[in-house]
Amino acid sequence: MKSETKIRLQQLFPRLLLLAVLAFMIILLDRLSPFFLTWSNMRNILDQASLYIVLSVGMTFVICSGGIDLSIGSIVAMSGVIMAMCMKAGISIGLAICLGLASGAVIGLINGILISFANINPFIVTLSIMSVIRGTSLLMTNGRPIYGFEEAFKFWGSGNIGPINPPILISLILVTLGILLLTSTRWGNYSLVLGSNEEALRRTGVNVKLYKTSIYVFCGICAAIAGFIVCARLNTAEPLAGWAYEMDAIAAVVLGGADMRGGRGSVFGTFIACLVLAVMQNGLTILSISSNYQQVLTGIIIILAVAVSEFKRRNSKASVN
Amino acid sequence: MSETQPFLQVKNIYKSFGHVEALRGVNMEAYTGEVLALVGDNGAGKSTLIKTLSGAVWPDCGEIWLNNQKYSRLKPKQAIKIGLSTVYQDLALANTRDVPCNIFMGRELRCGILLNKKAMYTEAQKLIGNLGIKIPSLAVPVSILSGGQRQGVAVARAIHQGGKILIFDEPTAAMGLVESAAVLKLIKNLAEQGFGVIIISHNLEQVFQVANRVCVMRQGKVVNTVRTADVCAQDVVSMITGALETNSNLN
Repeated sequence: MKSETKIRLQQLFPRLLLLAVLAFMIILLDRLSPFFLTWSNMRNILDQASLYIVLSVGMTFVICSGGIDLSIGSIVAMSGVIMAMCMKAGISIGLAICLGLASGAVIGLINGILISFANINPFIVTLSIMSVIRGTSLLMTNGRPIYGFEEAFKFWGSGNIGPINPPILISLILVTLGILLLTSTRWGNYSLVLGSNEEALRRTGVNVKLYKTSIYVFCGICAAIAGFIVCARLNTAEPLAGWAYEMDAIAAVVLGGADMRGGRGSVFGTFIACLVLAVMQNGLTILSISSNYQQVLTGIIIILAVAVSEFKRRNSKASVN
Repeated sequence: MSETQPFLQVKNIYKSFGHVEALRGVNMEAYTGEVLALVGDNGAGKSTLIKTLSGAVWPDCGEIWLNNQKYSRLKPKQAIKIGLSTVYQDLALANTRDVPCNIFMGRELRCGILLNKKAMYTEAQKLIGNLGIKIPSLAVPVSILSGGQRQGVAVARAIHQGGKILIFDEPTAAMGLVESAAVLKLIKNLAEQGFGVIIISHNLEQVFQVANRVCVMRQGKVVNTVRTADVCAQDVVSMITGALETNSNLN
């Protein structure tokens, strides 16, 4: 009979592995470059990771529920464009931000309704919505970027809050919130159960469709927050912003130990995965290695990480009883 | 075995799907503290009858009496609420989730808006313990548990839902000998603890091991209800196939 702690350790294995990888990378890069472990570079990494993190937290819930959201990259663009247009039209910054975030929620709602009530496959729904939203953003701006905002808006992208900046703060808050939601609330629990056995949850009398829809709304809001950060950071709303961001988010979530079949995943794992990807990107830059290698490395790391944890999972399954 | 009054009474239930008459006037009674086995050939109407009890199917006419209350059409949630819990053949477990999550699915314990994991864990331990099932750790995903343990988790959920009558649909299907034995023991225990248990089974040997009474269905009707003590398996086979014609509901 196995001890409780051993079993828990087995479940934590993917995340521990990821932490080990992160530690290894940090030690290695510290050896290779004296500049790597300076605070300004650390802040750089966190700043870079913040965008992935914000997007990936939402995506974690979607993937845990057994779905996928390909439209988040387009939502990044759309929400930025809406904020920019509102501000250019003289609407106050606060309200403009709210409207931008609301647009993300509305797009998420549309995704959710089509997926749960019209019963269309999430991949197909969000692929179509991705295209619709991207096109709409281009139409709204005639394909031209909108730029030049007030300082109070730019602050959210490039200001300072003590030693960190607003995007880092936002991402850390979102991670904390995400961990709490997924592990300790009914909503988070149902996200995982949905991905595990939706029919079982329905039979216990839970309104499955409502919960499923709300997950996509949450993911849409996360994407809109990312859009806000991008827009404020660049002082520009680009209709082509956020191109292929959904892929980065999916990569981070999977690297973080989530199962694409649903039912398994963790926000903390996703968070560490985002850091791993950001550290790798930063390290390659510091070592002046072409960023093209990053793409190759990302792919290899994901496959290795997933293969190792899948192997480990099978082994533990055989040994418990 | 309480012989007083049936806890559950099914009266004259009819159900057709298109022109297929699945149930043609079914009468059945179940008591708390006993195991009732529902047997019959494929298409005899066992599953449809069970579905009317769990609220998955609405009968065309007929009545369900539970604890002296009449219900003509049960909704799934209502069925659970009044104490009719079904343990499905597929067990309806979330395989990647741990034991407490599965037991409390749909009715989680909370303090404020947060889940009260500690209370759920202790309560789950108690429920599983009462069933006499050994699970090394409740924190493991239920997918890695054995068939008997998984059945235990599903039963614990049904009991936690407040089930007085527990309905098992083919509880030992696709199970090995040892696991089947564990499940049968569990079912016997439940009856001894005062639950009413209804099982659907094709395995007559097992039926005779656990059931107090057998309800034989054929062509949408209950053709016979007998005590397992009074008959042998061969008689029941004859009733199922119709080789032995009897009056319905003979005691």
